[in-house]
Amino acid sequence: MAVAKKVIHPLDKYLRSDRLPHIWCPGCGIGIALAAMLRGIDRRIREGKLDRNKLVFVTGIGCSARVSFYVDFDSAHTLHGRAIPFAAGVKLANPSLEVIVVGGDGDIAGIGGNHLLHAARRNMDLFVVMITNFVYAMTGGQLAPTTPLRVYTTTTPYGNPEPPLNVIKLVASLNANYVARASVTTPHYIESFTYKALGMKGFRFLEVVSTCPEVYGRHIGLRNPVAMLEELKKRVIYKAHPVVDESDIDWDKGIVIGEYVVRNNPSYLDLIKRG
Amino acid sequence: MKREFLSGNRAVAEAALLSGLRFYAGYPITPASDLMEYLAERLPKVGGIAVQFEDEIASINAAIGASWTGAKAMTATSGPGFSLMAEGISLAVATETPLVVVDIMRAGPSTGIPTKTTQSDVYQARWLAHGDYILPVFAPWSAQDSYDLTIKAFNMSEKLRTPVILLSDAVIAHMWETLYVKEPGEVEIVSRKKPVEPPEEYKPYKPGEDLVPPMAVFGEGYKVIVESLVHDEAGYYRQDTRTYREMVARLREKIMRNIGVVYEHEEYWVEDARVILVSYGSTARMAYPVAKSLLSRGLRVGLLRLKTLWPLDEGKLSSALSKADKIIVVENNTGRIYYDIARIAGRDRARFSPILTVDPPGFNEVLEAVSKWL
Repeated sequence: MAVAKKVIHPLDKYLRSDRLPHIWCPGCGIGIALAAMLRGIDRRIREGKLDRNKLVFVTGIGCSARVSFYVDFDSAHTLHGRAIPFAAGVKLANPSLEVIVVGGDGDIAGIGGNHLLHAARRNMDLFVVMITNFVYAMTGGQLAPTTPLRVYTTTTPYGNPEPPLNVIKLVASLNANYVARASVTTPHYIESFTYKALGMKGFRFLEVVSTCPEVYGRHIGLRNPVAMLEELKKRVIYKAHPVVDESDIDWDKGIVIGEYVVRNNPSYLDLIKRG
Repeated sequence: MKREFLSGNRAVAEAALLSGLRFYAGYPITPASDLMEYLAERLPKVGGIAVQFEDEIASINAAIGASWTGAKAMTATSGPGFSLMAEGISLAVATETPLVVVDIMRAGPSTGIPTKTTQSDVYQARWLAHGDYILPVFAPWSAQDSYDLTIKAFNMSEKLRTPVILLSDAVIAHMWETLYVKEPGEVEIVSRKKPVEPPEEYKPYKPGEDLVPPMAVFGEGYKVIVESLVHDEAGYYRQDTRTYREMVARLREKIMRNIGVVYEHEEYWVEDARVILVSYGSTARMAYPVAKSLLSRGLRVGLLRLKTLWPLDEGKLSSALSKADKIIVVENNTGRIYYDIARIAGRDRARFSPILTVDPPGFNEVLEAVSKWL
């Protein structure tokens, strides 16, 4: 007779499983993004290139920021928009730590936008993952800096009058060593870009285009999680060598993912001769 | 111990270095910029780092992050920048992060008069941020006091795991004076308590007998949780009244239980005084000669100089003020400490002499303000 055996997920070792279930809605892409990131991290750890006791997750506030609840590493759930400066303080005070920032588009590029641009300009030794869902989801569906033009949100009931921010273009225009975009429909790229970023120095930025059927999906008529994922999948175009000029997120023309910038400029720690 | 000639700001910087400062983050602002300029030169020589961030918000958050690696961290600013640090201070309170924040008061509100002094941030130092909390605030009146109270600020922040505010002002910060600086080993330097238990048993917010949790930091294998939300001993977010009450009550109590060491004042001729002047910071510097002069004219006047502005040791203050007929609060604002003194000493005895000046208060100015109550 077969004995019931407790099934352990291979990534369980990196999660605070006593804190599960997580808060993310059915169909939310954050869990896919996190799992893919953890696989990239796992590869680095198994190769002996990364010590799990030297890895720090720093997050701000929002759905994506809740990642720090669940990862079984040193972690900080800080203030809305302030994960990047907090993380910079961590890295500069102890350069032996690998510091990963995870946040939503509102957290990283909205309220935290000034910190993002200056960290990229300095080529600060941080890996920043921005999970874009085009809306403020945790607070109930308000306008984000990435919300497309004309889309309904709860604070733009007549449609968003503002052109959205292309964060890839912003960060690429600065001094970041790595700028990439993946999608929750292509988790293997989230994994491989994470893996690659963790082998580099300086400012590394990964945007993950995500699904939020519960809030953003409701706004754009894609309330069904499967439908939203399918629709996103149709629009994602992978390019081995995408150029920044094609990085605008356009639901009609498609969303180009790939590695936009890979360079080896001196990082902030190199520049100040520390670490 | 050796004699030095330093400005108040340099005295703060030297004391911070002696206390073990290794991380400074700041943004230029008059009259605090020279503190950072001095540290930018000095810190790298002792293996530390000083970074100019994009604003005061980044500065305080970076300092908090640095503290979570075990580094002693500080930031300094003035009124407008201090306002921007409000949320960061509340993060440091909630996460019990040792941190020293220096506010060099200038004239406000708004941009005010950057190059001139007042004592208008007394309530901001106490209650700048949202939420129910207290924190220690020290107000120096000389270069020597800037030095000594900075050491105390670091020691208290480490001992009690709390942000501490050093509330200086433009006059004290830029006044050059002779002072005695200490050599390592000549003064007690406190560092945060570390956990003794292994990582599997460690809970980041489980307090010891002194109500202060031992502090593991990043990179030690403890899988530390820094949590901004209301949290239990494990650092897990909880939305219930019990957890909230326990957390907020302990954050307050861990400081109040140590009020005997947190709170300090100095007394001059208070014992036999019929009239006691209560003052602090640069205004106390002129209240002192005024009290002395009145005393030499046969009036029984004393001076109580506050070193700790918040929290006040109400018992100690009340007994120090008990024998006087009148207590005159002299401060450079429209009334801050006065209201607490009036409550503690009684409104019938308390008088208020506001000195509203942006220049160092003159002898006659203070004498006149005090004399109307004599």
